[in-house]
Amino acid sequence: MTPALSIDHLFVRYGRTDVVKDVSFSAKPGESYALVGESGSGKSTILRSVVGMVRDWRGKIEVDGMPRQGRIDLAFARHCQMIFQDPYASLHPRRTVDATLLEPLKVHGIRDRAERVVQMMQDVGLDPRFRFRFPHQLSGGQRQRVAIARALMLEPRLLLLDEPTSALDVSVQAEILNLLVRIREERNLTYVLVTHSLPVVSFLCDRLGVLRHGRLVEEAGVSALRTGTFAEPYSQELYDASLGAGDRDLAALQEATRGMGM
Amino acid sequence: MTEPLLQLRNLRVTFPGPRGPVQVVHGVSFDLGRERLGIVGESGSGKSLTGRSLLRLLKHPAKVETDRLIFDGIDLNALSEKQMRNIRGARISMVMQDPKFSLNPVMTIGTQIAEALRVHENLPRTEVKTRVRAMLDQVRIDDPDRVMKLYPHEVSGGMGQRVMIAMMLIPQPDVLIADEPTSALDVSVQAQVLDLIDTMIVGNGMALILISHDLELVARYCDRVLVMHRGRVVEELEAGQLHAATHPYTKGLLAAVPRMDETRKVLPVMDRDMEYDQ
Ligand SMILES: Nc1ncnc2c1ncn2[C@@H]1O[C@H](COP(=O)(O)OP(=O)(O)OP(=O)(O)O)[C@@H](O)[C@H]1O
Ligand SMILES: Nc1ncnc2c1ncn2[C@@H]1O[C@H](COP(=O)(O)OP(=O)(O)OP(=O)(O)O)[C@@H](O)[C@H]1O
Ligand SMILES: [Mg+2]
Ligand SMILES: [Mg+2]
Repeated sequence: MTPALSIDHLFVRYGRTDVVKDVSFSAKPGESYALVGESGSGKSTILRSVVGMVRDWRGKIEVDGMPRQGRIDLAFARHCQMIFQDPYASLHPRRTVDATLLEPLKVHGIRDRAERVVQMMQDVGLDPRFRFRFPHQLSGGQRQRVAIARALMLEPRLLLLDEPTSALDVSVQAEILNLLVRIREERNLTYVLVTHSLPVVSFLCDRLGVLRHGRLVEEAGVSALRTGTFAEPYSQELYDASLGAGDRDLAALQEATRGMGM
Repeated sequence: MTEPLLQLRNLRVTFPGPRGPVQVVHGVSFDLGRERLGIVGESGSGKSLTGRSLLRLLKHPAKVETDRLIFDGIDLNALSEKQMRNIRGARISMVMQDPKFSLNPVMTIGTQIAEALRVHENLPRTEVKTRVRAMLDQVRIDDPDRVMKLYPHEVSGGMGQRVMIAMMLIPQPDVLIADEPTSALDVSVQAQVLDLIDTMIVGNGMALILISHDLELVARYCDRVLVMHRGRVVEELEAGQLHAATHPYTKGLLAAVPRMDETRKVLPVMDRDMEYDQ
């Protein structure tokens, strides 16, 4: 089967330093793959190179068997969308939510635009009264949901998600994660997700790759998160730190509050 | 009893809407001593607006009213915009939720942090540079000399957040308001950065307002927690008592967190309709 995304011996440099070094991994159609690793390890850079936002890269990137070149064309945009880490920077400050969500539909000549916009806002948990607001009139989490909605408008097959829920409170995060799980099942989407939250990986993903200083040090199935066993000491460290931060206590807490009819 | 460092009474924030004014903050009040106060609550509940109101950062067309806003004996409502600027940064500083938005895109990171320090004290150039480097080092930036020369768009998400924190801590303010300061950081760096903030707060007798959607984090790093919902404080708890929360909203938040060994197919979510009745 042709992978939905295949990355082969990828190097990316800014100026004279390589920030991604010899990274290879692939995601099967319908698979959900997570990239984790410390801040500055090159996670966003890998996603950006797939969508053509960095210039200086070597190696091979194939989306659905097609090698990536520099340009983004319409067909590619329809096939692959990215949700950026920084929703402020990725939303046009003078465009309302409505205009932001309509734009991709117009560019691609898709019909029933107004209905689609309203439906999508509902799917990501945005109240209809936000439809004609500008980004600065929204809270941080609301802006992030607009960015997620925009990426989903074209019903892409491959979705690259860079920290999609880190700006969201847990209740909205739960809604977005549920939405992502649902549409992946419905449409057999492929996700490549960057996150620093291992529990999110555990909920949403099948496999994960661990990056450190620009290198992929380990790949594992999510079962490793359940058993807590990784081959590489660095991955184990990352996992232990995550647990140490109180995941266990929280689990106990959740136990206590479970079944409250929420 | 001594006067609290900061007193806020009955904060209301209103925006004009297509069908008349819409009130989004409905009478928030609290006192802040030299302590660590957490504010949690769902997206859109008014956390950031509350934080920004304390610094009088909200501009037209927002309408901000308070019955009382006193900081260290100063009535902030009575200050001119110019006097207010002397308070911001130097005495009360705020780490904004969108780091890159609040950093100046055409100024290198080193220069921006140096400016923040100069607001506070007049130091010789070399001393400034040393202090900036040391501060970046403290927020666990690996290669401070390289990062000082970069522009905001050249740093990663997590680095941007730490740069903001460095900039806000370097003038040693009395009150630090941190709005989702570590949401882009992995757990270990998050802990290091929060430990640093914590050391500075306790060591310098500062006060902290930590705004976050992360309950667990707030429980760890704060003494007291306010839970906000739709523009109101619905519950106030000792941080250690978070598990004893009684408000259904607080409990709902706890249940929605995914776990490391997650097996649920669907996470429980809250009844959003509650929000629609405004
Ligand atoms: N435009 C740029 N110019 C120079 N260096 C850059 C640029 N963009 C990123 N970098 C550097 O590349 C490295 C990797 O950055 P990247 O954004 O991929 O990290 P990340 O893993 O996504 O981190 P985070 O979790 O903090 O978002 C960092 O050291 C960063 O400073
Ligand atoms: N300029 C504005 N005009 C109209 N409404 C606004 C404006 N700015 C914010 N709001 C609304 O006020 C409410 C509170 O916003 P605030 O930014 O304080 O939320 P928050 O609790 O910080 O949420 P988040 O966790 O998503 O950052 C939101 O519903 C938002 O849409
Ligand atoms: Mg990143
Ligand atoms: Mg906010």
